[in-house]
Order: sequence, then C-alpha cells, then structure tokens
Amino acid sequence: MPDLLLELFSEEIPARMQAKAADDLRRMVTDKLVAEGLVYEGAKAFATPRRLALTVHGIPARQPDLKTERRGPKIGAADAAVQGFLKATGLTSLDEAKIQRDPKGDFYIALIEKPGRDAIDVLAEILPVIIRTFPWPKSMRWGARSGKPGSLSWVRPLHAITATFGPETEEPDVVKFSVDGIETGQTTYGHRFMAPGAISVRRFEDYEAKLKAAKVILDPQARKDIIFADAKQLTFAQGFELVEDQALLDEVSGLVEWPVVMMGSFEAEYLAIPEEVIRATIRNNQKCFVVRDSKTGKLTNKFVLTANIEAPDGGKTIVAGNERVIRPRLSDAKFFYETDLKTRLEDRLPKFEQIVFHEKLGTQAARIKRIERLAAEIAPLVGADVAKATRAAHLAKADLLTEVVGEFPEVQGLMGKYYALAQGEDASVAAACEEHYKPQGPADRVPTDPVSVAVALADKLDTLVGFWAIDEKPTGSKDPYALRRAALGVIRLIAENALRLSLMKMAASALAGLSLKPADAQKLPSDLLAFFADRLKVQLREQGARHDLVDAVFALGGQDDLLMIVRRVEALGKFLESDDGKNLLAGIKRASNILGIEEKKDKRSFDGAPDAAFYGLAEEKALAKAIGEVTAEASAAVAKEDFAAAMSAMAKLRPPVDAFFEKVRVNDDDAKVRENRLKLLNEIRSATRAVADFSKIQD
Amino acid sequence: MDASLPAHMRPERSFQGFILALQRFWAEQGCVILQPYDMEMGAGTFHPATTLRALGPKPWNAAYVQPSRRPKDGRYGENPNRMQHYYQFQVIMKPSPPNLQELYLKSLAAIGIDSAVHDIRFVEDDWESPTLGAWGLGWECWCDGMEVSQFTYFQQVAGVECAPVAGELTYGLERLAMYVQGVDRVYDLNFNGRDGDAKVTYGDVFLQAEREYSKHNFEVADTAMLFEQFKMAEAACRKYLDAGWKDSKREAHLMSLPAYDQCIKASHVFNLLDARGVISVTERQSYILRVRELAKACGEAWIHTEAGGAA
Repeated sequence: MPDLLLELFSEEIPARMQAKAADDLRRMVTDKLVAEGLVYEGAKAFATPRRLALTVHGIPARQPDLKTERRGPKIGAADAAVQGFLKATGLTSLDEAKIQRDPKGDFYIALIEKPGRDAIDVLAEILPVIIRTFPWPKSMRWGARSGKPGSLSWVRPLHAITATFGPETEEPDVVKFSVDGIETGQTTYGHRFMAPGAISVRRFEDYEAKLKAAKVILDPQARKDIIFADAKQLTFAQGFELVEDQALLDEVSGLVEWPVVMMGSFEAEYLAIPEEVIRATIRNNQKCFVVRDSKTGKLTNKFVLTANIEAPDGGKTIVAGNERVIRPRLSDAKFFYETDLKTRLEDRLPKFEQIVFHEKLGTQAARIKRIERLAAEIAPLVGADVAKATRAAHLAKADLLTEVVGEFPEVQGLMGKYYALAQGEDASVAAACEEHYKPQGPADRVPTDPVSVAVALADKLDTLVGFWAIDEKPTGSKDPYALRRAALGVIRLIAENALRLSLMKMAASALAGLSLKPADAQKLPSDLLAFFADRLKVQLREQGARHDLVDAVFALGGQDDLLMIVRRVEALGKFLESDDGKNLLAGIKRASNILGIEEKKDKRSFDGAPDAAFYGLAEEKALAKAIGEVTAEASAAVAKEDFAAAMSAMAKLRPPVDAFFEKVRVNDDDAKVRENRLKLLNEIRSATRAVADFSKIQD
Repeated sequence: MDASLPAHMRPERSFQGFILALQRFWAEQGCVILQPYDMEMGAGTFHPATTLRALGPKPWNAAYVQPSRRPKDGRYGENPNRMQHYYQFQVIMKPSPPNLQELYLKSLAAIGIDSAVHDIRFVEDDWESPTLGAWGLGWECWCDGMEVSQFTYFQQVAGVECAPVAGELTYGLERLAMYVQGVDRVYDLNFNGRDGDAKVTYGDVFLQAEREYSKHNFEVADTAMLFEQFKMAEAACRKYLDAGWKDSKREAHLMSLPAYDQCIKASHVFNLLDARGVISVTERQSYILRVRELAKACGEAWIHTEAGGAA
C-alpha cells in the first residue's frame, strides 16, 4: 500500500516548539485520514530547526465505496416533495428509486452509491487545511502576501512543501496542492551551510538518507543521542564527567541539524563563583553543558558546546569564539557575586518597601513582616527555635534584590543561603533561605530542618490565605500564582515531617496578619481547607491511592489536622483491603440503603437510642452490645490516634452485622419493633463515624 | 569582502570601514542609505524610517546607523562592553523579501564573518517594544555563541497591524566589530584602521563622553526639568496630532512626523528619569503606557498621510 511523505520546510522553528509540532502534525493528518475512511498502518513525525516531516505508511490507495439508502416521499406524494427528493438524491426519475413498504405505506427509497475517492485526492484536500489551521503557539505573517487579508500564518516563513504519495515499487506522485502560493513538489534542501543545494526526494526512505548525506539528521532523538554520547565521550577521555541536563539536551538538539560536539575552557579563577551560578551562566546564555572533575566531583573550567557545522579548521574558531563569549559572562557573574557579598542581606530589606508584591496585598516588605510573624507562631509547633525562624523569615527573600538573582532568577534562595553563610548566619537560618521555597513540586525534596519547615509553611500559608482573601483562587487550568503547588507543599511538609498543626487555626492566624479584611473572612479558613482536601485527593490519586477515602474522612467534619487525616486515610485504606473491611463496608452500606429508603417513606429520621425492651431476637441484642463495645473501643483508639487499632475494633462489628442481616427482618409488622430496628441500623452508621463516613466510600 | 579596499578601510581593521562595508552591502540590495535621525533615542527602531515607514502598504527598503542612548547602561567607561551610547545598524525591508536570511548571511560575509568557519545560528527571540506598541517574531542571530544581531518580522507597530510585514535587522556594531577585530574591550577598537600615531581608537572618540554622560545620567540630570519636559512633549505630541487632521472627517493627516518627534523625545526623557531612579515600579508602567499611547496615535496619523499610503 502507498506511503505519504510530507515535509514543511521553513526558516528556523523555535527549539521549544519542535517536538509538539511534530506530534500535532502526525495526529492531525492521521486523524483526518481515519475520518476519511483511510486506515493507515503507521506514522512517524520528525522535526529539525528548519523542517517538520511526516511519513505515513500503508495508506489504502482508495477510500472504500459508501452505499447509503435514503427514504423519500410516499407514493403519490405531492410533486414538490418528489422533485425535492430527486434533487437531493441526484436521481433523474422515480424509476431509479426502489419502493419500500412499511406499516405507514409505500415509500420511495433512493440507493446512493458514493464511490471512494483516490487517497491522493483526499490528501490534496486535507493537507492544505491542516497547514492553514496548524496550532502553533505563536505564528506570524511575512512577505508580499502579508499585505492581503487571509495570508498564511506559520511559525516562521514557510518556503517549500514536499508531498509525495505512492507505493514502494513505483515512482510516487506529488500530492498536488498549494498553500499561499507555495506549490507542493519533491524538492527540499540540505544543511543551511554545509549542503544548501536542492535535493529531489521520492519517498521517506530516500528522503531521510539524502538528508543525512546533505548533513541533516532528521530524527531529533538521533541528534540527542549523538550529542549525549559525544559529550560523554569527549569529557570522559579527559578524566571529566558531563553534568547531564535533559532540558538543555532537548533544547540544543532543536538548534542544530548536524550536531558537532566540542569542548572549550575558561579561566580557572572563575571557579570561585558558586557552581550553580557558573552553570546558570553557561547554560542559559550559551546553551552549553558544564563539566565535573570526576575525582573531586567539583565543576571544572571546561564546557561542552554543540555547533551546527563541521568547520574546515576543525572547529578551532568556533571554540575560541565561544570561549570569548563565556569569559565576559563569567566575569559579569563574578562581579555580581562579589558585589552582592559587599552588602548584608538585611541592609537590602528597606528597598522592599518600594516593591509591590501584589496590588491588593501590599508591598514585599509587608509580606515579609507577615511571614516573620507567622513563622514565629509556627516555630514552637514544629520544634524550631523561634528566634532562628524569625531571623530566617526576615532574610529569606532578601536575595531577590541581589545582582546574581536579578540575572539568574533560578538561583533564588540558593544565593540567599550562600550570602547568609558568608555573613555568618546560623546554618539553619542560611539553609532556610534556600529551603523555604521547597518543595517546589511533587518530586522536589521536602525540607526537614525545623527552621526551614517553619518558614516554608509560613511563606506558603501567607500566599494561600492572601490570594484567597482577594479572591484570586485557581480556576480550571489557570493558577497564575501557583497556589496548587503551594497547597501541595504544605501537605507534604506536614505529612512527611509528621507535624501536628490545625490548618484552620493557621489560616485564621495568617488571615489576621493581612491588612485587608475580606468580606467572607468567616468562611475563608474552611474554604481553604476544602482546597487542601482537593489537593490531597489529587496527590493520592497520583500515587495510585484511593482518593475517595479523603472524602470519607473529611465528611466527619472538624478535621483540619492534615497529619491525622493522612494517617486515618492510610489506616482506612488498609482496613478496606481486608475481608473484614470489605464485608463491614457492605453491611454498613446495606444498613444505610435500608435507612435511606425507610426514612424517605416515613419522612422522618431514626435518630436516638434504640430501646432494649423491644429487642426480640438474639442477633439484635448481640449487635446492640457489639455497637456499644466497638464504639467505646474505637473512640478510645482514635483518641490515642491509633487508627489501626480503631479499624481492628471496627472489624469486630462485622460478625454481628452479618448475623443481623441474615436473621432479622427489619420491616417488622409491629411498627414499634420496626422503628427500633431502624434505630439500631442508624447506630451502626454512627458507630463507624468514629473513624470515617463509610457512606462516602466508593465500592 | 572587497579585496580592492585599502587595508585601513577593511571591516576587520577599522570600525568605520566596518560600518561602510555594511552600508555598501545594503545599498547594493536596493536599500536607501539614510543618516542617523537627529534626535536622542534608545534604539534604531525608533527612527521614523522604521517605526512609521513599517506601516502602510508602500514598499520601503532602508539602512542606516543610529546612535542609541540607553542612559541606564552607562558604566562610567569602566565596563568592557556596556555603554550608555552605542551604534546600531538598522535595516528595514518592506515587504520582507523571501531571501532575507540569505541576505543577512551575505552581509556577515561582507564584514568578514565566514559562515563556513563560524557557527551561525538563528535562536528564537520574539521581539516586543512596550513603548512602541510593537511586536514581531524572529531570532537573535548567534555567531559562535554570541548574539550579534536581532532579526524580526514586524507583525504590529504603533498598535497597527503590519500589512505587508517588514523584516528588520539590527546589528550591534561595537560587539560585532570587537569580534572581527579580536579585541575584548570596546574602547580598544581601532576606529580609523590606521596604525601608530595615526591610529584613533573607539576610546579616543567616546571614552570621555561615556564618563561624562554616566555622571549626568545617574547623578546630575535635572529631574524637575525632565518631568516637565516629559509633560511638555506629551502635550505637544497630542496638540500636533490634533492639529494635523486636514479636516473634521479625519481621513487625511498632515503632521504625523513632527508629532512623532515629541513621542521620541518623551521616550528618551523617560529613560533619563528611569536612570536617575526617580520613577517607582508602579509609576514606571504608567509612563511606558503613556509613551505607547503617543506612539499609537502617531502610527494612526501616519497611515493617514500620503507617504503612509492613505489614498
């Protein structure tokens, strides 16, 4: 079966957009093919800085024929209806129609055969539409045609379209179409500098091979592999070790069609700059990798660059050029670092009074004061020294005003630590300057030093409560202030450090520190608590745990101690995996269902203690007794925060519940007995509420 | 490169030869070679030959050097490559020709940068000028890891959609010249290509000015006067724009250029105030917005002029 080769040849596509664009191209073309009844065998898309390419193989040469029947008017219907039918179906007269009988009468039926079209014609129709509607994150117009409305938008100027279609054994045909004056053909171009000439291609196999001969590696993964392997080998050969960096590798592979890896060096004096700053300088500005000494594990004065050409001088000029660029950059970084060291962190703070954190939440200075206050309050609860926590909160944001962080925002916090150590701060205080930003995401490390924990919690809670107070909550995919991340950070800080904190109290306290008073201040802490519950569910779901158990625990009300919630959920999860748990849950659900139905029927609830005088059967008495014992035992265990023991106590309910349902008919003819039995069922429900609201658990 | 050039005029030997080589190259591509605009401005883009001529349907190809003033970038002549005054070489071609990238690479060859030995790259860089209400897509052009030019396809300027789109190239002249001359300090650039006593360096020409203007920009510039000048320029711009409409139908404008001069003035005054550190973060945004409003109004006036393509 025939294959499609499509290449869109343009000026340089931004590296960060290439992978998604290749994927979009594959998805859009194949989806459309399938929608047109052309089921293909396989497809693969590629991107280089100058081209998007797609191969789809095993496309049927023709669409299948389509046969449809269309019902027309009754025999003897008005002429207008008949004419309309003929026109709509393309029949020349009613003689061509069948007649079908059904209970309502005899009807004309038109048989319409839509012959399948050649796949190449279908392609010529769908490809230009896909090109015109391609979802680039940002696209542009260019050239003379941009003077007229409706001109093509592409990521950068599009120069050529190669589109061929045909089976392996034959010369393929060009899929003929044009977009904005660009006619399809089978001519592409090689490497911009090393082989810029035109190349005539037939199908994917010769296309990829000819490109390679013209110094273009089409497959981004192949380019990455080359860069990675060459960089490792080059550094290893000299006793060094490449500092691996996947994001940088992805980017660099999108900047070259023919990767040539080389190593350069810089003056060793720059190694006095913190490693992270060297790395940020070299990585961000020059897109180069840094290198470690494999013996000491420290950065060495080398860097690895990836050029796009094989130069006749072996790359000497290129390496020398890159070295000349890196030198002043590092010189700047060193200057920034040394300048920063001359000013103490606290001396930078007055400037924050001029810097607005958020229009409605005041200045950075006000924010820092709030965080200090909150950190001091949290410190004793997490085992941190109050003075140290306050000091750390006082200094933690100061590095935002340093030159180095101004230049490289990604080393915020880290520089704070360096500068704090340099000015002789306590080690915990310095660590907190860095760690109070943590954890930044689900994979990030959670700080354990109590001072860091106190400041990290204070920072995040202040942010959450502040944005809640001005009603800037995350909605849908929009979370501009990263509040979900902050909430997850709080959850992880508490759970992983086994901290006991009342979130409601913390939120109320953070709220009290704000200068503005939101209209619904009363509701805010519980609102925020619900947000934490949601985040906890998301986190559990991502870990593959049962998030519905969070609802079962939160439904108890008054639960704002995250650690206890997490522990309870864990214990509940384990319990429900056991047979006792499963059966008890079934029993409780049964009790709830019956109660639900009867409560509806009688339009009343069956609260209140059952009367022992009405117990007629042994199973009733046994259940009542068990409920009394289990409630006491489970409550005692919960009071001791021993949720596993509480669950074991619950398990004792299972035999009497099972026996009750087996032997006892709830809806007794005697209304008094029936009422009493319903009350007993209600008791089961309330007994289990010692650990969770089982009705919220999904089966 | 032109082999017939005398040694002192060769682009890799002299800064002036370097500029002349670029001018000559772009003249050969059909650009009119303009002289710098006679006002202080932050970048070559502010020159009306770019800002206003980028608008409207008429073809326009021009190249020129524009002295660019960035008061905040002054370093009292002590930084090897940061200055409050430097040169940009600006090329604008409307509509953008299909081979603009090739032309750019040829222009590099003309100043001694051979793309067979140097690693030339087009790295994504979307350009936006909040003060001009302008944006475009393009790249920063790298030579061996150094950004040497900015390459932009204008999509919008002064709040007006570009139709057709113009291609804009901006060369950082000092940086490129340092690279081809092989010097690490801008003041060491050979300006006239001569040797010995006859040699004039970039420092000979500009070092004194860098020291003086740094002091002026950061320490002494009269802020009360500048605040007043900003207001006056803003008011004058509006006044000229209002007075420029031919009649009440507002279909033809007769005074967009004098009005735009006041916009340029306001922008530079704002930059000076910013360097003096007397504009707070929140105010800063509102000043930028005020300049943008002027630029947009000027753009709107320009497309109603004869040269701007109004019928």
